[in-house]
Amino acid sequence: MTNGRLILKTENLGIEFGGLTAVKDFDIEMKANQIYGLIGPNGAGKTTIFNLLTKVYEPTHGSIYLNGKDITKESIVSVNQLGIARTFQNIRLFKDLTVLDNVKVGMHHSVRYNLLDSILKLPKYRNEEKAVREKAMSLLRLFDLEQFADVKASNLPYGKQRKLEIARALGTNPKLLLLDEPAAGMNPAETAELMETIKTVREKFSLAILLIEHDMKFVMGICERITVLNFGQVLATGTPDEIRNNPEVIAAYLGSDEE
Amino acid sequence: MDFLSFLITGLGLGSVYAIIALGYTMVYGIAKMLNFAHGDVIMIGAYVAFFAVGKFNMPSLVAVLFSVLVCTLLGVLIERLAYKPLRDASTLSVLITAIGVSYFLQNAAQILWGSDTKIFPTMFDFGNISLFNGQLQISLLTLITILVCIVIMVVLTLFINKTKTGKAMRACSEDKATAQLMGINVDTTISITFAIGSGLAAIASVLLCSTYPAVNPTLGSMPGIKAFTAAVFGGIGSIPGAFIGGLLLGVLETLAKAYISSQMSDAIVFLVLIIVLLIKPTGLLGKKISEKV
Repeated sequence: MTNGRLILKTENLGIEFGGLTAVKDFDIEMKANQIYGLIGPNGAGKTTIFNLLTKVYEPTHGSIYLNGKDITKESIVSVNQLGIARTFQNIRLFKDLTVLDNVKVGMHHSVRYNLLDSILKLPKYRNEEKAVREKAMSLLRLFDLEQFADVKASNLPYGKQRKLEIARALGTNPKLLLLDEPAAGMNPAETAELMETIKTVREKFSLAILLIEHDMKFVMGICERITVLNFGQVLATGTPDEIRNNPEVIAAYLGSDEE
Repeated sequence: MDFLSFLITGLGLGSVYAIIALGYTMVYGIAKMLNFAHGDVIMIGAYVAFFAVGKFNMPSLVAVLFSVLVCTLLGVLIERLAYKPLRDASTLSVLITAIGVSYFLQNAAQILWGSDTKIFPTMFDFGNISLFNGQLQISLLTLITILVCIVIMVVLTLFINKTKTGKAMRACSEDKATAQLMGINVDTTISITFAIGSGLAAIASVLLCSTYPAVNPTLGSMPGIKAFTAAVFGGIGSIPGAFIGGLLLGVLETLAKAYISSQMSDAIVFLVLIIVLLIKPTGLLGKKISEKV
């Protein structure tokens, strides 16, 4: 396999809804540990690609490889267990659960005790629960959410809910993290802080991050490689500098956005 | 003294309703469907216990465990065969399927065991305790029924809040798609929910038949409907709601029987229910559901 060192690779990935082609011939090659940006005007198909990668949508064309393994036919659950986790454009936390429990739900798959252990309160249950709690708390600490552990998720302010979604996704132990507009609705200070956190996350968990974002300063500042999408197709791929100076991109997207 | 005696009897009956109501409320909370076959699982549980004690001479506690096992498997089987293929169908299709399963179980019981009423054997004979110099006689079975109900509620609440399976259930109840994306297997979680609800139905059937010892194929209908009512009364989807709804319904029914009219008791109970739902449409502890636009 030539794509052995790539964490994510897609070939001709596409989906049609009825007669409408939402995404066509989408190719991406992501290296392990890379922070990669996916940008494009509204309706370009960015979130659709996230839904394809996480198997919320069944692709009509093409293949997805994670670590060289073809995962095109895997289920939503197994794609997560194989190492892809995500956040959502519209925050989708478990609102009635506490902040801590949201992260613990994310860790569901990695918890090793069974029903009997928990009913009988066997030492395995106690030890695992303690370990889960500690790991969940350390994730919360990373996002400065520790003091909100027992607060209902719906009672968190907006910016903190976004952070909690990332913490919950990290709880699933991903190799590839998909962030859908992580900085949406954040003020410049919060955005700057988020950039640092995302870098820390990448180092600490040695994972690759693919992110959708409209904030150009954010994208250009953090991503090592960027793919621009327009009308469901790849318009350009390159480093931030290449993208910034690509006339087609400027015409389609950046130019109209900056003025 | 009479009032106290009626109250305790009512709490005993209400405890049985509450245990059954748990099955409705948990399945509704997680699978978002009304499992109208739940009452008939109680009926099967009663027959299993009846034969386990009567034919196979099992000790009472073993018979209860056996009945729990059979009902648990039955519940999971019903879900897998009848409801799972309809996971993405409209709620009406699922509802009608549930009614179909209910009749299927009743008719199967008729064919297998006949439609005559059988007398449930005395599985537990604890006698009475008397208080206040014999002025108040309480059946120990009633007290044990109430106790069993409380223990179940406490254990279930701990289970839902403290274990990973419980958290997965709450996550599925809120948002199945997101739960799946977090690596939670929704099918397994729904199966576990049915298993718990049906296992509890078996316990309820033994408690019910120990107080009213008659077993027939339609045994589960009335308690099933009343427990469903209790679940709605308390706020469907809520576990404490099922507990409170069940107890209130049992007490109301018993008091109406004792003080107003034994023929009209059901009508009176449902009248109260209608009034409560007019004032609080989501039930006593139900959550307001805000539709996303």
